[in-house]
Amino acid sequence: MFRKSFFLVGLLLWLALALLAACPHARAAETVRVADPYIELRTGPGVGYPIFYVIDKGEPVTVLKRRTDWFKVRAPGGQEGWVHHQQLARTLDDDGQTVAIPEPGIGDYSQRRWEMGVLGGDFSGARLISVYLGYAFSDNLSLELSLGHAVGSHSGNSLGNVNLTHRPFPDWRVQPFALIGVGILHTTPSTTLIRSEDRTDTTLQAGLGLQAYLSRRFLIRAEYRNHVVQMSGDDNEEIDQWQLGIAFFF
Amino acid sequence: MAARHSVFLLMDRPPARVARAACAALGLALAGLGSAAAEEESPQPIRPEVERRPINLAAIDTEDFELGVFFGVLSIEDFGSNLVYGARLAYHVSERLFVEAALGRSKGDKTSYERLSGSAELLSDSDRELTYYNLSLGFNLLPGEAFPLKGWAFNSQLYLIAGAGSTRFAGDDAFTVNFGAGYRFLATDWLALHLDVRDHMFDVDLLGENKLTHNLELTAGLTVFF
Repeated sequence: MFRKSFFLVGLLLWLALALLAACPHARAAETVRVADPYIELRTGPGVGYPIFYVIDKGEPVTVLKRRTDWFKVRAPGGQEGWVHHQQLARTLDDDGQTVAIPEPGIGDYSQRRWEMGVLGGDFSGARLISVYLGYAFSDNLSLELSLGHAVGSHSGNSLGNVNLTHRPFPDWRVQPFALIGVGILHTTPSTTLIRSEDRTDTTLQAGLGLQAYLSRRFLIRAEYRNHVVQMSGDDNEEIDQWQLGIAFFF
Repeated sequence: MAARHSVFLLMDRPPARVARAACAALGLALAGLGSAAAEEESPQPIRPEVERRPINLAAIDTEDFELGVFFGVLSIEDFGSNLVYGARLAYHVSERLFVEAALGRSKGDKTSYERLSGSAELLSDSDRELTYYNLSLGFNLLPGEAFPLKGWAFNSQLYLIAGAGSTRFAGDDAFTVNFGAGYRFLATDWLALHLDVRDHMFDVDLLGENKLTHNLELTAGLTVFF
């Protein structure tokens, strides 16, 4: 059960951090004024939902909450509906200035602090799923914690790694990175084979990768790692790991 | 000139001070609600500059995460249909796309062979425990509204979902692909009811021979957006 709980704890940790990151620091309602001839209120946060009300130019609009690209607003008459951010971007604040809607872009990547992602791939012939969390402490360097679970026909592996990742060109849309790290590798042989003991080894690793900015806060990430597993005997074993996945930053 | 100057001063302030000023303004506004009429009668010669409040849409509550529990029936191939329960966390990337992580737990029953022979047990009790996790991508295919009663309208979405993960059953982990469809009924903006149908496909090599199994799951769930 060790490898399972090990992975689950990792997954939950990752999810908990995702929650923390998502929690807004302040919950507020803001009031803006319509600058277009009118803005349209839909019954739900999507283009498929019907328009049931319009708010005229100059009327105040109270912005209540946001879901993806949609804002829930309240009209002066109390009607509540959803407005697309592009329409809300054409409203004015108290000073008559256009309201700025924060939309993350490629320029925000080098300003990020946290980055997390999900990758799938191959770990020495076994199918691998992994999650990672990175903290950027400078433009070029970040510390990454990754947890993985590989399922093969002869054995299962759980991996936990801490690595230092270097991005020489943090402003590029498609950029290379290199990493070095240490970790542990827990191996459980398949039960249909001859019963042998579970094993935990330490590994050293080096890797290269490529990441591409997609849109908003999203990246595609591909990487190769070479693990040197320090076995309890004299021999070291080398393991190749290939992965592809998506990540987001904030 | 002096007025222009004070505007620049306000804009040059560090965000923390502006935020404090905004809070103070809000406090003043609340405190002043009762005495608003009195103030109108005797307007002050100087407008206090703290009344100006910057619009900050970044502070608006963003509800892109959805967390919840589910329970239902999982049919484990050859091992009967049993109660399954678990938890799900989804992040809504756009109005169409979401990613979901799920954890589930169930337990396999006896196979027909075990029942009929009455003696041979293929698995120990602990090996009959089934746990799975998966990471999936969902697509809101049919957004819409449901009208259960006169004057009541609820938002809903029919979605397709597929992903990969791992299942622990019969003492082994197996790489698992899942796909299915679900119905999300939004009772309020932040509370949703789910009905889901999934097929979890994984290899079992219980008798030394690899066999792809289809394990159908029907669940009902409750989630909150935050």
